[in-house]
Amino acid sequence: MSDVFPKWTNRLPLLVIVGVSLAGTAAMAGVWYYLTPKYTRVGYQPKQPVAFSHAIHADQLGLDCRYCHSTVEKSAHSNVPATSTCMNCHNQVLKEDPKLALVRESFESGKPIPWVWIHKTPDYVYFNHSVHVNRGVSCVHCHGRIDKMDEVYHAKPLSMAFCLDCHREPEKFLRDPKLVTDLKYTVTAEKQELDGKKFVHDWKVNSSQACSTCHR
Amino acid sequence: MRYILLILGLAVASVMIVAGKRGDMSRKPPIEMWDDMDRQYKLRPQTSANLSPDGRSSRLPVEGTIARGQRFADVPENTGRKPGTTNYVDTIPVAVTPALIERGQERFNINCSPCHGKTGDGNGITKKIGAMPIVATLHDPRIVGLVDGEIFGVISYGKGLMSGYAANVPVEDRWAIVAYVRALQLARLGTADDVPAEHKADLLKK
Ligand code: HEC
Ligand code: HEC
Ligand code: HEC
Ligand code: HEC
Ligand code: HEC
Ligand code: HEC
Repeated sequence: MSDVFPKWTNRLPLLVIVGVSLAGTAAMAGVWYYLTPKYTRVGYQPKQPVAFSHAIHADQLGLDCRYCHSTVEKSAHSNVPATSTCMNCHNQVLKEDPKLALVRESFESGKPIPWVWIHKTPDYVYFNHSVHVNRGVSCVHCHGRIDKMDEVYHAKPLSMAFCLDCHREPEKFLRDPKLVTDLKYTVTAEKQELDGKKFVHDWKVNSSQACSTCHR
Repeated sequence: MRYILLILGLAVASVMIVAGKRGDMSRKPPIEMWDDMDRQYKLRPQTSANLSPDGRSSRLPVEGTIARGQRFADVPENTGRKPGTTNYVDTIPVAVTPALIERGQERFNINCSPCHGKTGDGNGITKKIGAMPIVATLHDPRIVGLVDGEIFGVISYGKGLMSGYAANVPVEDRWAIVAYVRALQLARLGTADDVPAEHKADLLKK
């Protein structure tokens, strides 16, 4: 009769409690670490149909971002350039190169190159490039060192927390709007503090944290 | 106890091996759980849409229509030509102010300097690396002699090997660039006699 429950079962409740809490902690840690845009988005680097390199065009050739992304200061959407923009140069440069075959084909047929969209906020978020760029928020804060990338990847999480980190204290990030496309720009902490305070004051910057700013 | 720890350890290790760490490169698009709000039935710019015949969400304007705010009137500011003719206007038809020239400088450096160089001498980066052999220098006497409207025309429609920039450079900015090109030409081809008398002294100081 005494052997229905063997002796070790006395420890069972303890084992269950320890086991469940350890497993629970591990699961929580996993959720915290993995189920965030810092993990899910950062590092996303799709294969693009044409091996276009920002490192060559933006860094080595020194093209300004706005040569190609020409609507970034005027509209919410920053355009990916039309094929005709590439052909401004590539009608002469690397005219026969197989790497550009698709570009020429697209130029002749008028069918856009199927670039893969990388930075893509959810449809319930309203984002606007022009307000940021015209107020001296540089591309580098939200896209990283694009000019060093051969293939573009998602460098920043672009999560709600990321947006709010800046919206709460924009003075830490603002710079002269003439320098927004200069991704190399560095500034000392003291100058940033002075500049930032000045810009926020002079331009009456209002980076609102109201929900309806970004969710309308 | 040992077994529980072992199983847990194995589970954690296998998750870490499969999932990697934050910031790892990946070719696969980010996972979107419950994506019904993330991706709604709405069209965003420059995406594909099977609603329209050419498969694009951004539609081309219907022929014969004018978008709000689009400039269409046959006036020199919009066309660079004398109304009703195909002759280019001689001078810039908008007020040339320091602000306009400054804007022109910025736009010139973005849109023109890759080929024509920051000073307009035709030695932009594309020529320097030998990728593009023929780029006009804007200080060529023939080009200096072009009327303002014709330079506006070159920016709008292109000429020879140069493509037009109408899609990327709005009309106002084209006049700003023309003004700046004139400033560059003056700076290059001017002589000491062009300097106003009251500034002559500054010239000698340098
Ligand atoms: C010669 C034209 C050109 C220039 C100059 C250029 N880009 Fe791009 N950019 C492209 C093209 C084409 C793509 C789409 C293909 C790709 O993602 O690589 C792109 C993609 C991007 C993307 C990713 C878009 C997405 O799908 O989410 C970002 C961000 C970007 N560019 C930022 C910049 C920044 C910042 C600069 C200035 C340092 C710059 N670009 C300069 C042509 C250009
Ligand atoms: C300002 C002129 C210019 C523009 C605009 C331009 N390119 Fe280029 N591109 C160049 C030059 C110069 C090279 C380098 C040629 C060389 O390596 O000799 C190059 C190289 C390339 C290469 C080859 C890269 C390699 O790995 O060798 C590709 C692909 C390319 N460009 C695609 C594009 C696409 C797509 C666009 C439009 C978004 C574009 N380019 C716009 C000037 C330009
Ligand atoms: C405040 C943050 C921020 C800044 C500054 C910023 N971007 Fe973006 N960018 C984003 C976000 C967020 C998206 C995704 C937008 C979407 O889903 O439409 C994006 C998307 C893009 C795209 C893809 C097309 C699109 O609009 O979806 C390009 C190209 C791009 N950015 C270029 C630039 C360039 C060039 C600059 C600098 C002149 C710049 N961005 C500055 C946040 C920023
Ligand atoms: C590095 C700083 C910075 C980051 C990051 C940033 N913002 Fe902003 N944002 C600003 C500033 C500064 C303003 C206020 C501009 C003004 O007052 O003119 C602003 C304004 C806005 C506005 C108001 C636009 C309007 O029409 O009034 C929206 C919407 C917005 N941001 C969305 C976003 C979203 C979404 C993100 C994240 C993807 C984001 N921002 C990330 C600095 C930032
Ligand atoms: C500065 C812009 C901004 C403001 C202000 C803002 N949000 Fe967001 N919100 C975002 C962005 C961007 C996302 C998308 C996050 C993502 O996809 O990772 C988001 C996502 C969300 C989500 C979905 C949660 C998720 O992670 O999927 C909820 C819910 C939300 N916001 C609620 C709010 C509420 C409530 C407020 C007001 C207190 C608010 N937001 C204010 C930018 C903003
Ligand atoms: C992609 C390189 C490139 C860019 C960018 C470029 N050009 Fe040119 N441009 C050329 C070439 C090449 C020629 C010589 C065309 C020929 O003679 O076939 C030229 C010729 C010209 C001429 C002389 C036209 C004539 O009558 O012979 C003018 C004026 C001119 N460009 C102005 C501009 C201005 C202003 C911009 C900026 C909006 C600009 N270009 C941008 C390549 C370029």
